[in-house]
Order: sequence, then structure tokens, then C-alpha cells
Amino acid sequence: MSVVTDFERSAMESEDQRENWSGNASTSHVVEPGALDLSHNVILYLEDITVSFDGFRALNQLSLAIDAGELRCIIGPNGAGKTTMMDVITGKTRPDSGKAFFGQTIDLTRLTEPQIAHAGIGRKFQKPTIFEQHTAFENLELAMKADKRVRRTLFAQLFDDDRDRIAAVLTQIRLDREADRPAGLLSHGQKQWLEIGMLLMQEPKLLLLDEPVAGMTDDETERTAELFVSLAGKHSLVVVEHDMAFVEALGGKVTVLCEGSVLAEGDLAEVQEDPRVIEVYLGR
Amino acid sequence: MRTPLTLRILHSTPRAGWIALAVFAAITWIAVPVAHAVLAEAHPLHLSAYSVSLLGKILCYMVVAVAMDLIWGYAGILSLGHGLFFALGGYAFGMYLMRQIGRDGSYQSDLPDFMVFLDWKELPWYWAGSDSFLGTLLLVGAVPGLVAFAFGWFAFRSRIKGVYFSIITQALTYAAMLLFFRNETGFGGNNGFTDFKRILGYSITSPEMRATLFALSAALLMACLVLGRYLVTSRFGRVLAAIRDAESRVMFIGYNPLHYKLFMWTLSAVLCGLAGALYVPQVGIINPSEMSPANSIEIAVWVAVGGRGTLVGAVLGAGIVNLAKSWFTMSFPEYWPFFLGFLFIAVTLYLPDGVVGLWRRLRARPAAAPDAPPVPTVHRDARPVSAARSSAKDPAELPAVKGAEA
Ligand SMILES: Nc1ncnc2c1ncn2[C@@H]1O[C@H](COP(=O)(O)OP(=O)(O)OP(=O)(O)O)[C@@H](O)[C@H]1O
Ligand SMILES: [Mg+2]
Repeated sequence: MSVVTDFERSAMESEDQRENWSGNASTSHVVEPGALDLSHNVILYLEDITVSFDGFRALNQLSLAIDAGELRCIIGPNGAGKTTMMDVITGKTRPDSGKAFFGQTIDLTRLTEPQIAHAGIGRKFQKPTIFEQHTAFENLELAMKADKRVRRTLFAQLFDDDRDRIAAVLTQIRLDREADRPAGLLSHGQKQWLEIGMLLMQEPKLLLLDEPVAGMTDDETERTAELFVSLAGKHSLVVVEHDMAFVEALGGKVTVLCEGSVLAEGDLAEVQEDPRVIEVYLGR
Repeated sequence: MRTPLTLRILHSTPRAGWIALAVFAAITWIAVPVAHAVLAEAHPLHLSAYSVSLLGKILCYMVVAVAMDLIWGYAGILSLGHGLFFALGGYAFGMYLMRQIGRDGSYQSDLPDFMVFLDWKELPWYWAGSDSFLGTLLLVGAVPGLVAFAFGWFAFRSRIKGVYFSIITQALTYAAMLLFFRNETGFGGNNGFTDFKRILGYSITSPEMRATLFALSAALLMACLVLGRYLVTSRFGRVLAAIRDAESRVMFIGYNPLHYKLFMWTLSAVLCGLAGALYVPQVGIINPSEMSPANSIEIAVWVAVGGRGTLVGAVLGAGIVNLAKSWFTMSFPEYWPFFLGFLFIAVTLYLPDGVVGLWRRLRARPAAAPDAPPVPTVHRDARPVSAARSSAKDPAELPAVKGAEA
């Protein structure tokens, strides 16, 4: 039989750790096609992405890399292209040119929205979008990680552990008392949280959050920051926000977007001192 | 632990629903057949052939209304072409009925009369197998199903929605009508099929046959209601309603709306086809006017009148409008189109949730007394499209929606 050298063993162990990290129980170190490959520790990689709307460049050769487990904040003036960037990552908008990879191998520009969701990218929209006529519980049930093909959903059943998981997330987003209310009746902040809860139910590896604390009270904002910080490490997060106090509370690396490309990147303190950033964004 | 599917179907319809179905079955399987086929014509409780055919016809319309409601009320897709699927099922069964005439037609030929009239020497290839009863049973579902699937595939994949979709379905049924009007199409041109004689060798005009067709129509309706109820209370039904309310969100949590819409759309068409197949032997004729755009619009009116988004509403709507229609067409036939238009406008303006919505409003009122907190009565997932819209104004009116599945 083959002799496993120390080098190989350590390589395999680290491979295993990564597999576990990404929630994949498989012990094989051969990456399955379609599975998330984090061998370079980069979960999201955008290169020279350009998106034009009728000649107007919403994204202009945007390049960005997010590490596995990272919590990244994206800031920038209105119209900088932040939402458009999320549209590209989630398959809603196809870039005119450029590359978008999830891990090393998954080419996002070739997948549909549901396929990208399955691959492990969850998204919270700028305007909270939940199912207003379904209860909070049902919203989470629908989002829950499961086989989402018609023939499975037709016969799907809620088991006790599903219920427990939903209950746990309801507690986490502090909606356990509102579980059976139609989501349309929740307050704006609660809707935001419900949408975050739906993201958690999906168990994504990468969470895209577009202005998650808009409309929240200071107290709610603070708790959201705590939640996101606790998620980082196990998940990767990309947070778009205008609220600087919130960005500071998150404490991650900050990318400043302007006119469709990256203007600056670094700690919040660093970018806040950057004269170009002050001019286009913070100074006003 | 997994619960067997039969049990879950059983649980999806509430007890009151099963009782209502049992009563309905007693009437349609025992009372009506006895009153028509057993009691002598002189008997005061005898039901005439005309009445049984009329009621049987309305039962078929009710099935169509339920099928329409599943796609419109629950999936938010307004089809104005459902008459086509109904007619296709009818034509498929009509072909069998034409073959059963045998040599008893006016020309005493093996070919249907209209083909002899056109001087055709043999059956066109697509009539092959039309003399087989089992084959026909398959076709009455498969033909509308395949047409709906093909149409839905292109329409939903191109993300055609809302009023555009409705208009295209109108165009579809109109185009099919023009096609069927042509003699060369091989379905009897504008006369369609009529003068049926037998099913499986038994006379189609005998009281027993009429009672049987009536009972079968009732059975189909009940099966549709139980199936529909299961669908709308299952997770599938919740995904469908979610697509109706926020399609892009559904995509981003990993469901493919195309497959969901296509499934519901095709199933709805198949149910219409089955209803059409039972309708044709009871009314004794099928012709291209069944595909006229107005017919399809009428189907939507039934559902709107009854209350879309509730299965009972669809059934009630089809019953009310069609009884009114048969009265009108006897008394003032020329005013029926005006009445129908008036009804549609009135319902849209004053009864957005139809008759069922009105009933709920009337029931909710006494419960609003201070010492009697409103007991929400609406079953989960029976929420009509506009229920939350109207109830959002007053949280006290909200249906008690349990998060957990029964
Ligand atoms: N579908 C579209 N058609 C045309 N223009 C678009 C479209 N989507 C976005 N844009 C334009 O692209 C630019 C970038 O928009 P985007 O929504 O990505 O900005 P943003 O950074 O998210 O801004 P905000 O902070 O206001 O949310 C804007 O000028 C916007 O008007
Ligand atoms: Mg934006």
C-alpha cells in the first residue's frame, strides 16, 4: 500500500478541515464538480467586471476578492454600483465582461439564480423582501435548506428537527413571539431581521447583505452588528452599509466603491483618512 | 417520522370539508341517479334528462373553475385560455364518440359523416387509435397537458407575466379556434362533432348512462377539491403563493419558479381536459365555439365571482353564474352578455374576494363584539390573494395561521 508522507498527511488534514469548515461532511479531498473549492482561501473572486445599462457603466472593471470567513464592508456614494455588484454575484444581472468565481471553480456568470442560491450564496435585498402573506414561521420554512425541486416540495414534510431549527432562528432574530403572524404586519426592522433569518435558514457559505440596518432603531442596529460578528468565521459576509457607526462596529476590512470600481480598501480608519474617499463620499 | 401520503391528504381537508363532501356524494351518487333513472317520469321527485344534463354540465364547469383557481388564485397567473384545454379534452373524447357511431351515421360509412361529406377515403393519421376507449382516456389528459406544457415552457421561460401572459393565452385559444373551424383540420369544421350514439357500446341517451356520467363528473369534482386542497396546504402550495407575491425572492432562496409554474399550469390544463371529456357526452356536441376567447373569459368571471384563492369559492362561482346563465338564456337570451359584464365589474369593485369574501365579512362582524374576541376561522393557506390586503388594515381580522403543518 502507499506510504503516506507527513507532507501528504498534513495536506489531507488541512483539506479535511476546509471541508468541515464549508459544511461538507465528505472526507474525500478530491473536489467534486460543483462543490465549493476554497483551496486558496478565497470565497469570492471578481475580476474586471463591467456592467453597462444603455451605455452607462454601473460597474467599471471592478475587481474584488473576499476571503473565506471574512466580514467585508462595502461603502460608497449612492449609485456607486454596490447593489449592481450583488446582482452580478447572485446571477440577476449578467456582466458584459469580467470573471466572477465562487471559490476556485464555480463560475457564477454561468449559473441561474436558484443554482447560485444552492451553491451557497444567500442575499438580503436593499428593500426588505419577504413573503408578506406567509407567517414569519413559513418564511423561514420556505428558506430552509432542503431539496427545492418540485417533486420534493410536493411531498415535503416538516420534521421535529426542522421545527427546532426554525424555532432556534426565530429566537435568534427575536421573532419567536411573532412566529404565526403574517410577515406583512411586522415592523420594518423586524422585516429586515426576518430576511436575515431566512438567510440563516439557507445555511449559505457567503452572505450578501444590502443595507441590512436601514430603518432599524439604534438598539436593533447594535444587535445586528453583534449577530454579524458572531457569524463571521463560520460564514463569509459582504455587507453594504451607509451607517458608519455600524460599519465601525463590524470592524472588518472596508472597500470603498465609486463609479463602479474600487476606490480604496483597508481598515475603516485607513480609508477614512484617504483624501479621495473624503472627497467623493465621507466629506459630504 | 414520515407520515404516509394518504394520511396527509386525509388531514389536509378539514373535518367539515369531509362532511360536506360526504353529503355532496350522497346527493350526486345516490339521490340524483335514483331520481332520474329509477323513479318513474310521473313521480313528483323525478329529475328530467334536461335537468340532469344541465347539472352535469355545471359540475364539469366547476372542475374547470377549480383548475382555474389553482393557477390564478394560488399562483397568480391569470389564464384567459383555459377554454382551450377544456375543448381539447372534449375533442379527444369526441373523436372516440364519433368512432362509436360506427355505421349508424347518415352515410352508413365507417368514417365519420363529416369526412364522407368532404369525400375523404380514410381516417387521417391522428385519428388512429381513436376507437380505443383506454387510449382516449389517456388522450383527454395528455393532449391538453402537452399543449399547456409546451406553451408554458416558452412563456414562463421567457418570464412573460401578468397581463401579457393573459393576452397571449387569449390569442392561443383564438388561434386554435380558427384552426378547428377549418374543415381540412379534420375535426368537423364549424359543426364539430355531434349525433353521438354510444359509449363502450351502451346508448348515450339512456337514463343509466346519463346518471353515470353525472356521477362521474361529481367524482371528478370531489377528487379535484381534495387534490387541490392538498396542493395548496403543502409546502408546494406555499412556494406557489410565494412566487405569486415575490418571485425574485423565491429564486434567491433556491427554488426555480419556472418548474413550479409549469407544474401547476400543466396540471390545471389536464384537469380542464378531463372536465371537457365528461362535458361532451352530456351536452351531446363539441364545436370550435368552445374555444372562443369569450368562453375563457367567462371561466375567469366564475372564479372572480366565487372568490379566487379559495377552492370553495371557485365551485360556488361556477354554480351561481351558470345557473344564472341558464335562467337568462331561457328568459332574456340577448341580455346575458350585458349581465355578465355588469357582474364582473360589480364583483371587481365591491366584492374583491367574491361571494366567499362577503360571507367571511358577514361572519366576522358579530364576532367583533368586545367580550367575544374574534375567533379566526380561516384555514391556513386558504388565504385569498386579497385577504391579507384587506386584513392588513385590521390585525384583529387576521386568520389564525398556525406555523406548524397539521
Ligand atoms: N436596471 C438598471 N437599468 C438602468 N440603470 C441601472 C439599473 N440598475 C442600476 N442602474 C444604475 O446603475 C447605477 C448603480 O446602481 P446601484 O443600485 O448598483 O447603486 P448603489 O451603489 O447600490 O446605490 P445606493 O447606495 O443608492 O443603493 C445607478 O446609477 C443606477 O441608476
Ligand atoms: Mg443599492
